[in-house]
Amino acid sequence: MSLNWPILSVLIWLPILGGVAIMAIGEQRATLARLMALAVSLLTFVLSIVLYSAFDNSTAAMQFVELKPWIETFDIFYRLGVDGFSVPLILLTTFFGFIVVIAGWESIQQKVNQYMAAFLIMEGLMIGVFSALDALLFYVFFEAMLIPMFIVIGIWGGPRRVYATIKFFLYTFLGSVFMLIGLIYLYSESGSWSILDWHQFPLTLAVQKWLFLGFLAAFSVKIPMWPVHTWLPDAHVEAPTGGSVVLAAIMLKIGGYGFIRFSLPITPDASAALDWLIITLSLIAVVYIGFVALVQQDMKKLIAYSSISHMGFVTLGLFIAFAVFQNTESGRGAALGVEGAMVQMISHGFVSGALFLCVGVLYDRLHSRMIADYGGVANTMPWFAALAVLFFMANSGLPGTSGFVGEFMVILAAFQANFWYAFLAAMTLILGAAYSLWLVKRVIFGEVANRNVEQLEDINAREALVLGLIAVAVLAVGLWPAPLVDLMHASVEQLLQHIQQPKFSVAGI
Amino acid sequence: MNSTNMLLAAPELWVMVMACVILIVDLYLGEERRGIIHMLAILTLVFAAIITLRADYAADGVREAFAFNGSYIRDTMGDVLKLFSFLILAIVYTYAKFCLRQFRMFRADFYTLSLFALLGVMLLISANSLVMIYLGLELISLSSYALVAFDRDSRLGSEAAIKYFVLGSMASGMLLYGMSMIYGATGTMDLGQVAQAVRSVGSDDPLLVFGLVFLVVGLAFKLGVVPFHMWIPDVYQGAPVVTTLFISSVPKMAAFAMAIRLLQTGLVDMQADWSQMLSILAVLSIILGNVAAIAQTNIKRMLAYSTISHMGFVLMGLLPGTAMGYGAGMFYVIVYSLMSAAGFGMVILLSARGVEAEKLDDFKGLNQRNSWYAAIMAMVMFSMAGVPVFVGFFAKWMVIKAALDAGLMWLAIIAVIFSVVGAFYYLRVVKLMYFDEPLTEAEIDAPVDFRAAISLNGIMMIGLGIFSSSLIAVCMASFGA
Repeated sequence: MSLNWPILSVLIWLPILGGVAIMAIGEQRATLARLMALAVSLLTFVLSIVLYSAFDNSTAAMQFVELKPWIETFDIFYRLGVDGFSVPLILLTTFFGFIVVIAGWESIQQKVNQYMAAFLIMEGLMIGVFSALDALLFYVFFEAMLIPMFIVIGIWGGPRRVYATIKFFLYTFLGSVFMLIGLIYLYSESGSWSILDWHQFPLTLAVQKWLFLGFLAAFSVKIPMWPVHTWLPDAHVEAPTGGSVVLAAIMLKIGGYGFIRFSLPITPDASAALDWLIITLSLIAVVYIGFVALVQQDMKKLIAYSSISHMGFVTLGLFIAFAVFQNTESGRGAALGVEGAMVQMISHGFVSGALFLCVGVLYDRLHSRMIADYGGVANTMPWFAALAVLFFMANSGLPGTSGFVGEFMVILAAFQANFWYAFLAAMTLILGAAYSLWLVKRVIFGEVANRNVEQLEDINAREALVLGLIAVAVLAVGLWPAPLVDLMHASVEQLLQHIQQPKFSVAGI
Repeated sequence: MNSTNMLLAAPELWVMVMACVILIVDLYLGEERRGIIHMLAILTLVFAAIITLRADYAADGVREAFAFNGSYIRDTMGDVLKLFSFLILAIVYTYAKFCLRQFRMFRADFYTLSLFALLGVMLLISANSLVMIYLGLELISLSSYALVAFDRDSRLGSEAAIKYFVLGSMASGMLLYGMSMIYGATGTMDLGQVAQAVRSVGSDDPLLVFGLVFLVVGLAFKLGVVPFHMWIPDVYQGAPVVTTLFISSVPKMAAFAMAIRLLQTGLVDMQADWSQMLSILAVLSIILGNVAAIAQTNIKRMLAYSTISHMGFVLMGLLPGTAMGYGAGMFYVIVYSLMSAAGFGMVILLSARGVEAEKLDDFKGLNQRNSWYAAIMAMVMFSMAGVPVFVGFFAKWMVIKAALDAGLMWLAIIAVIFSVVGAFYYLRVVKLMYFDEPLTEAEIDAPVDFRAAISLNGIMMIGLGIFSSSLIAVCMASFGA
């Protein structure tokens, strides 16, 4: 089914223009700003449901394509379209767009209009990233997104916010300029900015390797991979709750999406040749960062490190495909790896977003993120405790929650490739459980630790709504992942077909 | 071609006449009616733009025409640069009126001097002979020296003016020396004929190569690129902010045009030689400009170093010697002038009565004092840093593309790395405005025309970015790319 109106443009520009309008109403009318932001984000979410229901998941072709000339001199087009990889991520984006507006309803009192506007603009830009099919347009959205996040962390963040936000900006900026050189090179060679054209464009292995490293510079920082992850704990700790949520739930996914959209299909042979690099870094992230998470004193930092460790699964799942092709006849496990990576991204989006919201709930009450300041929260906040335990369980990959599905698929795929990959990857089930459950034990269970905890009030209706909605999503994906997997299945198959054919043989070299 | 064809130069003639008229009219105006001068100056620019637009010299399809026995040329590049000069100067005047009034320096001299400088800019843009280039350049330089010393009670201003004058004269001397060698080798002043003569003499003629070196030195000085940049920070800081505003914007376009006329029209066969020189200048400027700017606490000085790095980027567009590259350089210099005007416009806006807001700390907490002005400055800073979707990004990637197409991968990599370094100090300004507490709660107010101009200038940062298509097309078409 196709729609006769440009739904992707509406999805991108409605939040952006809505954000600008909210900015324009001024600081004085905070309630109006909140209501407008709620309306815009809700409408965007509803529209993304329309997108989902109109999406045809039997084909891997791009859908809802829009094509308008932008900068004709350089063949740059305003080219949009979505496939099975982008639709789930767009749904995740609009869902969290709505969640962060509600989450910031009371806790943000200062410059409400700018806060709401920054998040809406960011939402529009992120949808733009997921639907851009023109590389320069992609780059514009990819980079522009940094600005609202920079402002959000810098204005509403914690005590070391300036350091954290500048580090965040410069790290990601440095990564992406190398990608820009790669993109310009690809344009000069191919005469087109269309990402889909580039998928078919033949390249020699040497060139592919350079391009691959350029893409890696951008996306490994974004996702982030060990050893370029150091901006993430800082940014997460200092960001306000909403900022952490968007950062963890969506922005990190853009790195994974970049691998799927750029690295794998444009430089398949280099990906195959350098897959050891990604797999090694991913396993280091899974295991080493898992240990790092274990010793954190700060809840947000712990979740940040756990994010890095979980994103290691995503890169592992994406790049394990090549080893699977090598070691098995059927290559059946390859699809499992890529789909597992996608499910892991969506699941991690829900779970990490929820965890940061949980920390936000506690922080709003006691203004501390330190584990040591809590203990026995379950006694005073039973509802909160129930939800938080669910999310931490999901984080450690408990069957029945979304966290299990993705990790399980990736580990299964890893077994097809190499026992030791799978062994190391499976360490996360232990480590994840260790740091998640130990945190739960120290913060939520046990005796009431101090007077402050004694005076805690349980979550109110607004917080319950936010966490409840995510809990439903976590359980839904965990118990019945089929719709999600079906959504991307055709695209995954096509991607795997594509990356098996060497590109340089077409180039005749 | 061998005719005087005065009408072709109508915009220049109009500006010259009006500069003289304003000089005389001012004698009969009292202090309180000086606003008339401002109106006249704006009127001059509007009509100059109309005359430029209406010129119909492209009858036979070639947008190129000569006057004054071939020493004056009208072409698309010249017209576009002139139109932007008028636009930017109109913005400069709007900022300047407010500033000059506040500093009790609202004298007509600023207008007459800058109009004469504009005349120099126009002549330089349209120059097609060595003499005309020198004429235009000196007209700009002499007016600029006087403008730097405009606040005669300021010691810093006088010092800057002397420095500017001494170094500027030396650079002019170098340029003149180079020109004389070129003339000696080719026997002609006309740039078109120089190109032909170079072809017959051969580009490895030592006299020509020496001449080229001196020309490039003079050029580098006027553009303010490393290692001929010493004057830029001192002059930018010492001059009254209105003068800095002026000399950092319009004359840069003229300097770009001078490079095009000399190198592309005249010495195109020596591209291999000047390309190497320019690449050294470009790399040094991009590195030094961005690194030194980090250490500044004075915003005028910071923007001065930022100018140095931007000029390095402009050279990066020029040096491959391709039509795309020239177009990219032209786009860059136009965009830079607009960004610079907006940046110094913000400095003027924040200057409280009689005190220039030249410290970076004066920008602290601007978002709390006025969020729209803070947004404008943020857009300017992000644009200068080259963050999409602001127009500075498009300028940057086009010159990077020009370098990549010429196989200069190392240059492109240095450029992007140092633009990330540069992003740091632009971000610092954003940080001061958004994340810090204001030092004063004083209301920022400005007349309505100022507010309109700065808003327009700020919106251009994003508007020209999103709708950059036609300006890019015009710049590329100027060089047939």
